[in-house]
Amino acid sequence: MVMLVVAFVSFSLFNFVGDPINNMVGEETSDEERAELRETLGLMDPIHVQFTRFIINASKGEFGISYQLRRPVSELIIERLPATIELVLISALIALVSGTLLGVYTGIKRKGFLSDFILAVSLLGVSLPTFVIGILFIYLFAVILGVLPSFGRGEVVDLGFWSTGFLTISGLKAIILPSVTLSLFQMTYIIRLVRAEMMEILQTDYIKFARARGINEKSINYKHALKNGLIPVITIAGINIGTLIAFSIITETVFQWPGMGFLFIQAVQFVDIPIMSAYLVFIAFVFVMINFIVDILYYFIDPRIRVKGDSASG
Amino acid sequence: MKYGYFIKILLAFFLAFAPTQAFAKTIKWSMQGDSLTLDPHAQNEGPTTQVSRQVYEALVTRGLDMKIGPQLATEWRTQGPNTWIFKLREDVKFSDGTPFTSEDVVFSILRAKQRTSDFKEYISTVSGVKAVNDYTVEITTSKPNPILLNQLSNIFIMSKKWSEKNFAVMAQNWDAGQETFSATNAMGTGPFKITLREPNTKTVFKRNKKWWGTMKDDKVTEIHLLPIKNAATRVAALLSGEIDVVTDAPVQDLARIKNSPAHKVESTAQMRTIFLGMDQGADKLRTGNTGDNPFKKKAVRQALYQAIDIEAIKKKVMRGLSEPAGIITFPGVNGYTEELDKRLPYDVAAAKKLLADAGYPNGFEVELRCPNDRYVNDEAICTAVVGMLGKIGVKVNLFAQTKSKHFKELKDNQGDFYMLGWGVPTLDSHYVFHYLYESGASWNRVNFSNSDVDAAIRVMEGEVNLDKRNAAIAKAWKIVKDDISYLPLHHQVISWAAKKDVNVPIRPNNEPLFRFASFD
Amino acid sequence: MDNKALTTLDKIKDSEIYFSFIKSPTAIVSSILLAIIFFSSFFVEFITPYNPFDPSSLSLMDAFTPPSWTSDGKVEFLLGTDGQGRDMLSTILYGSRISLIVGFSAILFSLILGVGLGLTAGFFGGKYEMIVMRLTDVQLTVPSILMALLVDGIARGIISRELHDEMAIYVLIFAIGISEWPQFARVSRAATLVEKNKDYVSASTIIGVSNFIVMFKHILPNIMRPVLVIGTIGLALAIIAEATLSFLGVGVPPTTPSLGTLIRLGNDFLFSGEWWITFFPAIFLVVLAFSINLLGDWMRDTLNPKLKK
Repeated sequence: MVMLVVAFVSFSLFNFVGDPINNMVGEETSDEERAELRETLGLMDPIHVQFTRFIINASKGEFGISYQLRRPVSELIIERLPATIELVLISALIALVSGTLLGVYTGIKRKGFLSDFILAVSLLGVSLPTFVIGILFIYLFAVILGVLPSFGRGEVVDLGFWSTGFLTISGLKAIILPSVTLSLFQMTYIIRLVRAEMMEILQTDYIKFARARGINEKSINYKHALKNGLIPVITIAGINIGTLIAFSIITETVFQWPGMGFLFIQAVQFVDIPIMSAYLVFIAFVFVMINFIVDILYYFIDPRIRVKGDSASG
Repeated sequence: MKYGYFIKILLAFFLAFAPTQAFAKTIKWSMQGDSLTLDPHAQNEGPTTQVSRQVYEALVTRGLDMKIGPQLATEWRTQGPNTWIFKLREDVKFSDGTPFTSEDVVFSILRAKQRTSDFKEYISTVSGVKAVNDYTVEITTSKPNPILLNQLSNIFIMSKKWSEKNFAVMAQNWDAGQETFSATNAMGTGPFKITLREPNTKTVFKRNKKWWGTMKDDKVTEIHLLPIKNAATRVAALLSGEIDVVTDAPVQDLARIKNSPAHKVESTAQMRTIFLGMDQGADKLRTGNTGDNPFKKKAVRQALYQAIDIEAIKKKVMRGLSEPAGIITFPGVNGYTEELDKRLPYDVAAAKKLLADAGYPNGFEVELRCPNDRYVNDEAICTAVVGMLGKIGVKVNLFAQTKSKHFKELKDNQGDFYMLGWGVPTLDSHYVFHYLYESGASWNRVNFSNSDVDAAIRVMEGEVNLDKRNAAIAKAWKIVKDDISYLPLHHQVISWAAKKDVNVPIRPNNEPLFRFASFD
Repeated sequence: MDNKALTTLDKIKDSEIYFSFIKSPTAIVSSILLAIIFFSSFFVEFITPYNPFDPSSLSLMDAFTPPSWTSDGKVEFLLGTDGQGRDMLSTILYGSRISLIVGFSAILFSLILGVGLGLTAGFFGGKYEMIVMRLTDVQLTVPSILMALLVDGIARGIISRELHDEMAIYVLIFAIGISEWPQFARVSRAATLVEKNKDYVSASTIIGVSNFIVMFKHILPNIMRPVLVIGTIGLALAIIAEATLSFLGVGVPPTTPSLGTLIRLGNDFLFSGEWWITFFPAIFLVVLAFSINLLGDWMRDTLNPKLKK
């Protein structure tokens, strides 16, 4: 359902934003040649026929040819996909792990210098735009210290269907700065969420009861409280992967990371409609998949949640 | 320790990859943009030619000294005014092993003349080409052509067999967004072959073992082209050692790069002049507010000229790295003289008076179109011009955009006032007149038209007597300079920055030749 | 923000919020900072003699003047000049005004849209409510920056280029605003659901007071607290979003630069020693966003007694 809506939006994008013919041919093309091209592209057919064809093509992964790069969009997306996925996965991992750890710590030790410090930094993290962090990192680590690369993916190994940067030193080094940059915003978000959850849970009756029973603090904090505190984190983690993909647009631009976000931002500047609509459909697909997976995870972790609904985000 | 195993794996990992890192003799090359297509006849554009030049060769070519010398042809002579005979090199093989013969030359020149080729205008005077035998080619021109060799140096030779096998007989139709095998693959007789091509990300050139020539340094085995659009990132990558050579080092960062003990900077006058064009043909400016076209009046054009403080642009925007220009051609081009290259003085008071006398005491409004990723600090120059013209009451609205859109819209005749840069690959003034001044010429977007200049261009094309020809050139320059048809700004100076131990000789046409590259 | 914050404060001067404010140094400091920024941005004409948006008033020879306290600095350019000879301080203040206008308008836009939809959804219920809530779900999964980029991309395709520069600021407001409304919708719907069942509402309905009046006169004031919190935090997000879009080159045109545009332009001079061109706008932006966030954080803690001990 969502997919259909998105498909329709990107279809209209393709058809009504600018004349696709004008975008494809030079000015010396005659009117007859234009009409002929219009005919061969099927632009004379009724809208619903065109839309059906668009859906069929889209489901086969065909989105036409980029106006700017003159190559099939599907090919470009496939080429750029691994870079973005690797970046997003690593970032999600960093954000989740360190966000949860710091969140739990600040949730348990509510007073104290370190907690205040972490919270202040996390608030600063929310206030620092991703691109400013990126520039800072490049300046510090690449230029002044010269320890980490500032752009690109380094050496990649082509596995045929997937080109990975995980198998070479330079590839691993190259992913550090972009992934940390990308993860910071999400991390601060998770810290605050986990902290709030922990604080709330630690005040619930069953924790108080456990405490009264003399179960030691550690066990209470980590076994009982954390387990329940993690439930919203999973929802957030799901949504966050989507957000990370979107925010990777910025990180990829700053670090010249050859992923889809970089491709997309160039497409926006060039008004390269085929790439834009393909990216849109792709993102929608990812979101639908993520929501689906999160729903399944819920079911396994805590059946209660199904009743509680989506109160976690808001 | 339970981490022991993990450390061992890590160690093995490092050892496996470290050696290739340490001994690889790869030159990592970066610039702002990438080649638009690997098809050598589809786009006549700087970076595209720079990439093709490493893989493809032409009959003749310019060496490091920029003089024309033999490449795939070893010798040539004229037979009568319109016929040229070229003797071909006999020991040449394409990188796929096919021998190179006259068939390939005939095929390639005809391919470059096809409707879809971007070089068809370039060699428009070539009327016929035929193979006399396997290693002799005869080229005929429609009229005597004194600059044929210059033109042929940019026509790359492809393999006929390879093109036929891969359905690439026609040049890629770039404008129609055509995809061809030849656009993503390259196979020539040159010193390198392309083994990986990811547009705008990475292109890998490996040594072509079958190349007939000798490399300056055998250690140079691989070139990686890694385009980085953002200037600051490009410099950061160079300084941190990820890039070995940058062929368009940003002027503002040269001081810093020079300060780095591991890097060096070289600058040279580039064969390119930057100028502004004013449409004198339109009856009414598209973006004006006066209902007429002020640019039709020479006084207005001169007022704009004298309102531009080119020395301030040189000092602040170009950081001293530009040569203020009086004409759109540079030292080294046949027809250039220092006298012609002198500018009218910068004089705001005079400019204001000229403008008032021409009937625009309160100035007028117009839009200035600029590219923002083509010339050195192009957008910044335009911004500076906007401020300077504002001081004489001309309100200029700046519109800067990416090069491909800028050029396309200029060709569609959409600009009232625009920035353009002109290089002269043939090193002869004719190239400038033919494209910028001839009535109706493709880049004559100021719509300048003068029958005397047109007549002089005819002389340049057909006159074999050099004195007469040069006289025609001098006369044409005088006319267009006095008319102020364009506002010349400056000759561009380019800078290449590289690691200290990597030598890639700088060339005034900004084209690196990696066969001359070496390591210390 | 000035006005809104003041009137709100007036109303609740005697409340616990006021005391909490007085007792919280972070809240006071951030408010003062914000007040200074707002004041100087909106009255910049009276503060500085320069107008950086008028190119004919600039002199290129002034370009790259370092801040006044360095050896090559000039007194007349406190924070130095940029590559066109624009005074950095005035350029930043003019830029910050644009950032603030975009941020506020975007939040106001999403507030009106979100509260309107949420309120009516909660009040009327039924299919309408379901559709609205479904929409917020969909919208929430689409990250704001992506939404904004898409809107901008589409606008570029539809609006002619001549108009685009003039329209850029409205496109930006719409693009950022459209992605923030679901937060408001959710909160106001939830609050409406609670209020709706209270006696006074049912009473008013029975006397025959129109739905409109019930919603806006009775229910609306009761949901202003959470809306204000979301609005404040949203403002910081909107300002950052604007800066990000402008940094990516799809925001406001460089002739009337916002903070993000300034950082993008200055980025080219990061390595050449002219650090002040990018550093000052960046610091200014961070201070602005940080202050708003601090204030928002304090508001959330104060207005949400659940987390208070």
